[in-house]
Amino acid sequence: MHPIRHDILIIGGGGAGLRAAIAVSQENPDLDVAVVSKVYPMRSHTVAAEGGMAAVIKPNDSFDDHIYDTVSGSDWLADQDAVEFFVETAPSELIQLEHWGCPWSRDSDGSVAVRPFGGMKIERTWFAADKTGFHVLHSLFQTTLKYRSLQRYDEWMALRLLTHDGRCQGVAAMELRTGRIIPILAKAVIMCTGGGGRVFPFTTNAAIKTGDGMALAYRAGVALKDMEFVQYHPTGLPGTGILITEAARGEGGILVNNKGHRYLSDYDLGKPLPIDHDDHPKNRTMELGPRDRLSQAFVHEQTKGNVFEGPHGTYVHLDVRHLGESYIEKKIPFVRELSKNYGGVDPVHEPIPVRPVVHYMMGGIDTDIGAATTLPGLYAAGECACVSINGANRLGSNSLTELLVFGAQAGRNAAKFAQQHDISGEKELLAQTQDEIDRVAGMLGNRLGDERIADLRNIMTSALEEGAGIYRNEEGMQKACSTIVELRKRSENLKLDDTSLSYNTELTSAIELDFMLDIAETVAFSALRRKESRGSHQRTDFPERDDDEFLKHSLAYKTDDEPRIEHKDVVITNLPPAKRVYGEGK
Amino acid sequence: MTVDTDIIPLRISRYTEGQNTDGYDEYMVPYNEDWVVLDALNYIKDYVDGSLAYRWSCRMGVCGSCGMMINGKPKLTCSAFLSEYYPNPIVVEPLANFRVERDLIVDMEEFIHKLDSVKPWLIEGDSVPPPDQEYNQTPAQLAKYKQYSMCINCTLCYSACPVASNEPEFIGPAAIALAQRYNMDSRDSGKEQRLDILMANDGVWDCTFVGECSNVCPKGVDPAAAIQQAKLDSALAYAKSLVMPKRAR
Repeated sequence: MHPIRHDILIIGGGGAGLRAAIAVSQENPDLDVAVVSKVYPMRSHTVAAEGGMAAVIKPNDSFDDHIYDTVSGSDWLADQDAVEFFVETAPSELIQLEHWGCPWSRDSDGSVAVRPFGGMKIERTWFAADKTGFHVLHSLFQTTLKYRSLQRYDEWMALRLLTHDGRCQGVAAMELRTGRIIPILAKAVIMCTGGGGRVFPFTTNAAIKTGDGMALAYRAGVALKDMEFVQYHPTGLPGTGILITEAARGEGGILVNNKGHRYLSDYDLGKPLPIDHDDHPKNRTMELGPRDRLSQAFVHEQTKGNVFEGPHGTYVHLDVRHLGESYIEKKIPFVRELSKNYGGVDPVHEPIPVRPVVHYMMGGIDTDIGAATTLPGLYAAGECACVSINGANRLGSNSLTELLVFGAQAGRNAAKFAQQHDISGEKELLAQTQDEIDRVAGMLGNRLGDERIADLRNIMTSALEEGAGIYRNEEGMQKACSTIVELRKRSENLKLDDTSLSYNTELTSAIELDFMLDIAETVAFSALRRKESRGSHQRTDFPERDDDEFLKHSLAYKTDDEPRIEHKDVVITNLPPAKRVYGEGK
Repeated sequence: MTVDTDIIPLRISRYTEGQNTDGYDEYMVPYNEDWVVLDALNYIKDYVDGSLAYRWSCRMGVCGSCGMMINGKPKLTCSAFLSEYYPNPIVVEPLANFRVERDLIVDMEEFIHKLDSVKPWLIEGDSVPPPDQEYNQTPAQLAKYKQYSMCINCTLCYSACPVASNEPEFIGPAAIALAQRYNMDSRDSGKEQRLDILMANDGVWDCTFVGECSNVCPKGVDPAAAIQQAKLDSALAYAKSLVMPKRAR
């Protein structure tokens, strides 16, 4: 077995991974960097982000306001030192991206334009029409091409972290084209694999979002933090779960129930202004409330019978007709394209049917403000990480910014670490790779299995939706936990139809299912232990926030049995916990 | 599944190196008018034949992974509805003009090299703003290149291109459109370097202007227009080079 060696190894080629790669080269151009990605980098799910990217840039804005919005949006579970760093670093990161060619939408004077976004007091969301993630990802990818010290391993899948001497020193990865599994050794490793929304049945997330990196870190002994906090975006298309961006509301779109009523006014989100009012849409009010509260309002409307019934379940209307065709084409053309293609409506003429959809994991690999994990040599950034700036509920347009701010942090700090450490214990690292080769060969060669991947996946996703959805209770979560434990056993009995080595996408699906079961168990068990309601974690049996007991992060550790859940304090600096207030006239 | 009566046949091209599986397999898939071809492929993979190999990810027409030939035409399978074909059978094949790796998966490496070869990054000129300040770019300046920045690298245009079919070295529609995306960006100063590449063998002059690339583009990028513009630019640059030594330009 011949290992490949690099100074720095990045797993994941989306926004965070590519930013990290460039940061390493900026920190020290002599370091050689590898990016392992299970898809070509421009296919990464960053590509699907739509609405925009938050950073203080306009004279009417301030760091304090962005910090307050983020911390209150997080229901005070974000670490405030991390939020401060994030907010203060954001503008330079976005300007840097502008210098790399990102085609930001512009004001008439040629400066970058900003738009309002949910939970933000002041307009600070930079955007490239409504394909912001697409442009961010392609700009980053194209920029990486000029760094010749960067070696890409496109369509290689990370299977296991290699550790020795208490340090992370590489990964066993499978080249999908050939099926061969190779140890890639490195002095430092950065995990940037994104989220795991595919553990739920109805999600905006792409097929590749199976939580791989989170699971790899978890198996290597690193805690997964705050995994119970799963964001439902309030506006997904029924059936497919395709995202209709919050920018539709930022530009003035309204949410209406089957009585023609702007129902958000009944949920402590302020009073609706008429759509032709100069102040509509009003920041931190109504349709520009935070995502957790909007998705919860939908559930109440459903209980009251105020929603529409369709072939793909219940929905409400997102109405942008008053914006007019030319404005829609200019600001949210992708909303129109997606609604026409996948929603069967032209939003210029008809309201868009929407319902809440799993969108984002606030939780992830436990990292500090420097993007370091508790395993020396392992860093993480982006959705797979949990610093945490998002706490119990992320604000829209903070996550793309997070990719840059903490991707760069990870790159810089991994570069420093790599300059101080060498690869050690190669024999042990190769032995771990051999174990992985044997394990995968076992999956491939299991002729006696009788379980289908899709069946187990469907049971898992339904269990989480039922037990760990928008509203949760003890009984439902217990059931989800036991279902996942049972699925783990059944998954040892998978039968694969595909026996070939080249692009065995059934094998990769089986490996992804294995990763997802790890993610699912941390979500369910962490949720079960948090006996309060905060942000996106709402329990009907514990409806109040409980700062005395639970102003704490959850930490899920892997054991041979169910995960061990511990808690650690939240960092509070200047904003003591307070009530979240949205809308006016409180 | 809605009703159990309607089905639609899919004939799918199969290939695994070193195995005798070449040819087509036919699958009967329940017909659902909301489904795209990708949904049908996923149905087959999940419940009928797990060995079918294809790429996909976002299922919303933006990641560029799921391009295939559908009844002979290059399309994103996430955007091709079964209802466009029903009740007739649908033939699904790997993208034309690429080497097949497995079933519906083609070799993308050459394409990636072509993209890389046109220097698709912002090449700075003399007037770079300080790190705390953005470039000024008016909406009109943005509009000049915006269309060419919309390419999702799905490579449908390479499958449709008659030149790419005959001359595999042709750098092709998407790469030329990407070069023009930067050439026309007011912040960029790399046009001269890129024109050298576009004017070389296998560059823009290979294009016979059939325009199929623009017809199949799912994102309205219009690479044919980019190629025409690049031809014009390189003709002008060539004329200029005749009257002025290169260094003086």
